[in-house]
Amino acid sequence: MMHSTLVPAPRRWQTWLAASAYWLVAVAVYFLFPRNLSLASSILVMSMFVLSLDLVLGFAGIVSFGHAVFFGIGAYAAALLVLNGYAEPITGALISGAFAGAFALIISPVVLRVSGLPQIMVTLSFAVILFEVANKAVWLTKGDDGIGGIEPLPLLGVFKWTAFGQTQFWYALGWLFVIFVVVRQVLASPLGLALQGCRENAQRMRFIGTSVVGKLTMAYVLSGFVAGIAGAVSTQTTKFVGLDAMSVDRSIDALVMLVLGGAGRLWGALLGTPIYMTVRQFAAQWNPFHWMFVVGGMLVVIVMLARGGLLGLVEQLRSRKPRGSAGGVHHG
Amino acid sequence: MADFILEAKGLHKRFGSLVVTNGVSLQVQTGARMALIGPNGAGKSTLVGLLTGQLVPNEGRVLLQGQDVTGLAPERRTKRGLVRTFQINNLFRGLTVLENVYLAVSERTGTARAFWRPAAAHAEVLDEANAVLEQLGLADVRHEKVSALAYGQQRLVEIAIALSLRPKVLLLDEPAAGIPSLQAGLLMEAIQRLPSDLAIVMIEHDMELVRRFASEITVLVAGAVLATGTPRDIMAREDVLRVYLGGLHAGAGNNKVDTCLS
Amino acid sequence: MDALVSGLTFVGIYGLSYGMILFLISVGLVMTMGLVRVVNMAHGVFAAFGGYIAVALMNSAGLPYALAIVLACAVAGLGSLVVERLFFRRLYGASELEQALLTIGLAFIGIASLNLLFGANVVSATLPAPLTANIDLLGRSVQVYRVFVIVLGFAVVLSLWYAIDRTTFGARLRACVDNAGMAEAVGINVRRLFAISYAAGSCLAALGGAVGAAILPLEPIYPFKYLVLILMVVVMSGKGQMMLAAAVSIFLGVVDTAGRFLYPETGSFLIYMVLLVYLIVRGNTLIHSPVVR
Repeated sequence: MMHSTLVPAPRRWQTWLAASAYWLVAVAVYFLFPRNLSLASSILVMSMFVLSLDLVLGFAGIVSFGHAVFFGIGAYAAALLVLNGYAEPITGALISGAFAGAFALIISPVVLRVSGLPQIMVTLSFAVILFEVANKAVWLTKGDDGIGGIEPLPLLGVFKWTAFGQTQFWYALGWLFVIFVVVRQVLASPLGLALQGCRENAQRMRFIGTSVVGKLTMAYVLSGFVAGIAGAVSTQTTKFVGLDAMSVDRSIDALVMLVLGGAGRLWGALLGTPIYMTVRQFAAQWNPFHWMFVVGGMLVVIVMLARGGLLGLVEQLRSRKPRGSAGGVHHG
Repeated sequence: MADFILEAKGLHKRFGSLVVTNGVSLQVQTGARMALIGPNGAGKSTLVGLLTGQLVPNEGRVLLQGQDVTGLAPERRTKRGLVRTFQINNLFRGLTVLENVYLAVSERTGTARAFWRPAAAHAEVLDEANAVLEQLGLADVRHEKVSALAYGQQRLVEIAIALSLRPKVLLLDEPAAGIPSLQAGLLMEAIQRLPSDLAIVMIEHDMELVRRFASEITVLVAGAVLATGTPRDIMAREDVLRVYLGGLHAGAGNNKVDTCLS
Repeated sequence: MDALVSGLTFVGIYGLSYGMILFLISVGLVMTMGLVRVVNMAHGVFAAFGGYIAVALMNSAGLPYALAIVLACAVAGLGSLVVERLFFRRLYGASELEQALLTIGLAFIGIASLNLLFGANVVSATLPAPLTANIDLLGRSVQVYRVFVIVLGFAVVLSLWYAIDRTTFGARLRACVDNAGMAEAVGINVRRLFAISYAAGSCLAALGGAVGAAILPLEPIYPFKYLVLILMVVVMSGKGQMMLAAAVSIFLGVVDTAGRFLYPETGSFLIYMVLLVYLIVRGNTLIHSPVVR
């Protein structure tokens, strides 16, 4: 668990199993649900996006209510790259991510100088404004219709994109794995600890000499970059990008998924996303408004009873068991 | 006569029509052991806020090592060696004791910018943080979350963070406030072990601590400096006695007062 | 020249009436933020319910306009007390993120309930005959309804001003906004005062939703659709400053109307630009400074 950076974690085989479980399950999904690979891919893509949100929200304490802005920029950038002749997928995703990261850098002075409700307002405002821009700039985004027929080059020059989504699945899974490892590494570093410090007590960070805005900017830009990559991969694997990539709905969805799984724990993003999206897939047959009952209920229950999300509950249960943990304290 | 390491020149601070700091000038030498005393509401915390950059003065200047830092943000002043502790614990409650101190050390050494190697792998930073914790008797609780500690121990973490920053000037805001005598003792020992070239300004109400610690005292009353000098001089002054004891014993040469304050 | 006057009249009347409705549905939240610092993203639900219930009473039960609205406000007020007891008690002292998440959840539930009860379509409000008549105002044909809304809005603003500034209750309210702990120490029943003002705020929101149904159309997504606008009023008004909220609401109403009138294509942006500029300029001195935990 990502929870405490410096507590020496006992290297038990259970830890390794728990850590690999997710990836093993993901691989198993490929074989068990060959007809649902597009859903699986979209879950993987969304997981990347929620991971980027955990980085800023769970670790750095930046309350971003409009994070889909970066997802959307990455998504549209990827489409436009292909349409304009650059169809290599991996570098295309990196470039698209860079666009999103650059936008994060541009708006960071406004977003990061505030916190709390003002920050919610600022991020929400950018989300609404960008959405309207995308909506109105039909010459660029094709507005409501979206941009279709995106055909990236075969992966690594070899693997063609298949009709049932096999290549897409491994592509998305590969990206998620890389992103997860990189983000986890950064968060375990002194910079990652400093980000947690900014979240815990930004004022005290200043009094130990930290430029809080500087650290937060790094986190925000990295997060934008990752979210942009997620958007790009989404476009590349579905061959389509629409306005929903940049919608406030998507931002709020990601927020709910993160809170459901448990923010500030990295694995929470990977746990909450599949659960939420799978349940939503089933509920999709219902009236969309009924789904709102479920989401609303989820949020209310989580905040009132389980603030740490599902992983928080797991930790609480584990810390109640009478096991002798050598030296360290379980953070329940 | 050494140059002053920290200087305040004619600081004025108003909140609306309320004047909290009224022309305060202060000189702190290298290696000073200064106590800042005064009744509640005298403006001591505001003065600390002005010195550290948390508050911007309406008039006046703050000089650190001879350089004007009046416009400088708190983090920049900390980087230049001006460190403060807080009267009410202001720690990273969700992080462990070790992490709290690690943050301070890593920021000071520039390691806080490292974004790839795990924090635990930076041995120099870890060792230094552990050493500070040993010094303050916090080694046993290093992996506890600060929020789980007793108040007195949290106070020690405040000091640990300050020490880790290797300050040139240390502003201690009522370091012993609210802690039992055992930890107060540990605290005073730690303070007394501090390098002699480190200037310390301590706000305190506990006259016993002031007596043991200070080689000079500045008395702040109603936002202005009433008197400044050696403890002996200060304690003998009628106006200081009047401020503290309400004028009843001023000038009476009362033995009780002498014993108390000498 | 005529076109200019006509245009100004349009923006003035429509902007003003729009601003008044905005004020009614936002003022309750301004008070809540001022009193207990709780971010309530579900505030718009009371406005929506007020509107829906009023319309239902008029259409199904055949009640007269005024009566339907009064009843709708009463229901909303009572409902808000229940919500406060069940959920808001938990929120005092929680982080702003948690408050936002919980109240967004409540908003979701509210929206889904509206859909369940009243269907997904936009509900048209039937105005009583006198209000639908048109009068000629400075070269523009304007519905009496709009003028009615403006007059009603001013009446509410004046009553609120009187209540806040001239009554004992208002004095106690201002004390609580300023320093709740001190107010309690002085013997003011902060809990009860908050409950009363919260209920009053929800009533006013319902009033705004009901009376304003022709300006802000009623649909299930209403609480989210106008959330950003409501929050704008709150953010730009400061703690519990009701009179300032009135001014801000009118300002925003007029600006938004002017934007859409002058630049039909991009006019809806104008209001968000105003918000962004405001946030950039005012920075972190908004509402309250970040809480040091």
